[in-house]
Amino acid sequence: MGFNANRRGFIKGAGTALGVAAAAGGVVALYGMKRTWDPLPSVVAAGITEVDVSRMDKGDLRRVEYRGNPVFILKKDEDMAPNPARDVMINGEPYTVAIAICTHLGCIPAWSPSARLFQCACHGGEFDASGEVTFGPPPRALDIPPFRIEGTLLVLGEESEEYHRLVAQA
Amino acid sequence: MAELKKANSVGEWFDQRLQTTTLTKVLMTEYWIPKRINFLWSFGMVLATLFTVLVITGIFLMMYYKPDTQLAFYSVNYTIMHEVAFGWLIRHMHAVAATLIFLFIYIHMFTGLYYGSFKSGRELIWLSGVLLFVTFCAAGFSGYMLPWGQMSYWAAAVITNLFGEIPIIGPELVIWIRGDYVVGDATLTRFFMLHVFLLPVVIMLILGLHFYALRTPHVNTEEGEDCDFEAEARKYQAGDKKNSKVMPFWPKFMAEDIFVMCVVMTLFFFLVFYGYHFALDPVNAIPADPMVTPQFIYPEWYFLWSYEVLRGFFFSSDLGLIAFGIANVVFFLFPWLDRDPKVLPMHKRPYMKYWFWALMITLVGLTIYGKLPATGPNAWVGLVLSVSFLLLVLVLMPLLSSMERKKREREAA
Ligand code: HEM
Ligand code: FES
Repeated sequence: MGFNANRRGFIKGAGTALGVAAAAGGVVALYGMKRTWDPLPSVVAAGITEVDVSRMDKGDLRRVEYRGNPVFILKKDEDMAPNPARDVMINGEPYTVAIAICTHLGCIPAWSPSARLFQCACHGGEFDASGEVTFGPPPRALDIPPFRIEGTLLVLGEESEEYHRLVAQA
Repeated sequence: MAELKKANSVGEWFDQRLQTTTLTKVLMTEYWIPKRINFLWSFGMVLATLFTVLVITGIFLMMYYKPDTQLAFYSVNYTIMHEVAFGWLIRHMHAVAATLIFLFIYIHMFTGLYYGSFKSGRELIWLSGVLLFVTFCAAGFSGYMLPWGQMSYWAAAVITNLFGEIPIIGPELVIWIRGDYVVGDATLTRFFMLHVFLLPVVIMLILGLHFYALRTPHVNTEEGEDCDFEAEARKYQAGDKKNSKVMPFWPKFMAEDIFVMCVVMTLFFFLVFYGYHFALDPVNAIPADPMVTPQFIYPEWYFLWSYEVLRGFFFSSDLGLIAFGIANVVFFLFPWLDRDPKVLPMHKRPYMKYWFWALMITLVGLTIYGKLPATGPNAWVGLVLSVSFLLLVLVLMPLLSSMERKKREREAA
């Protein structure tokens, strides 16, 4: 009797220990597998993109690459309404600086100089020269990348007070 | 082990060790299928055949394909298409089989829906079927990424971005799925793994479940009638083959299936040689360029209807996503959305017959508008179709089927 009860207790204890160890092993393995899919350090070590805008004319659009994504830099001309909540002032002149990824599902909108719109081919979204949505499914204006201004140099990937001011108004 | 006698033939040698005679009976010659079925019941085996074609051609493609963003496009468009002997044929076969399998999945699925084979005991056949459909969609999507053309790239960008809309974890999840901030090399290689290994294995496992789930409730009939399979099988085995309501899977059922398969495979090879363009989009013959979105992007035809549900709510991406989410899982709920347990084909159901064809028309309409640019009046047609789809499956299906049940009960009383 006593022997049997002890024996049963032992088997139960051993079973529980085995179960706990296996569960812990499972969790650790899942965590490891999850981590293998994370971006590699070489990918995370993101570059900083510097752009000199001094040679741009009014109405010019430039596209630069930042962390694998395209970024629009549009030097506004007189016909494009100023937008204090979004204009990036470089050397006293207004620019639109925005990640060129449609906020709907991530296509790259194209700039149409005649319509003065960024048009997205995927589901018909449209953004004005400041990057605000004027038509279609995109839920919000084009995103502004972190930036800092040094004279006529636009540094993408570093945050500045000006950047925080714009993001706060978005 | 019982005493082993010397085998008189190779067959007997295997029978002694694997019980092959019993196995053949259980799986084939004494697996009973009702006679009152039509050619639509052959599409299950047609699908199995095409899946086999995909696996075999896939093995050959894998021998030259390179899952690396620098090499992928040329390994497909140059090495396989121009250098490998018959490489073009293998690629055409793989692409055409992938497209046709969706056509036949839709036929097979809507056959099940039409004849009521998805409820009242057959739920697990249907659920494993919908699971196969979802897994095939994932396999189609991951395979489409591999040639690394413009369509591959942008389909991958748009679809992975969908996960970004999930509250809180969304943006992190997208980066995790991609292994990069944008669709890149890590993304291509992991989707290659999914396409050539994990998803095919999962499909084979679910197929096992799908076939096994058929055994207990048995295959349904054109009239939805119940029949005593054991009694009918005894009648058949006693020699009254003519009056028995059932036939063995092998050779009777398969004889018909093989005929349908021959027709389908003729169509298949016709398309492989003369009509492959619809399965190989010309835009995808341009190498992937993360900096330029093609002017029009649209998914393969079999995703168009759900894509149109996504776009349909053009004024709100949240509503569009919710509707899209519903469209992708709603088939799982059909056994419970149909409130009438009696199994009848649609043409014998007073209200549901209209419902069925309205659903078919809506799906075809969504497919057509999914390919058109979503601007101007198209946007409104898309909205109407998307709302109709949701109304049909979520409201009208339970409503009409329960009205039918009550009507039948009234008439019986
Ligand atoms: C490649 C994928 C598939 C294969 C290879 C396959 C194979 C089969 C086979 C061989 C049968 C028995 C013969 C027949 O009735 O056609 C069958 C029956 C059935 N399948 Fe599938 N199937 C697949 C996908 C699906 C899907 C996507 C659905 C539905 C969502 C589905 C639902 C059904 C139903 C309801 C039956 C029972 C038909 C009846 O009892 O009359 N299957 N399947
Ligand atoms: S991705 Fe631009 S409108 Fe949908």
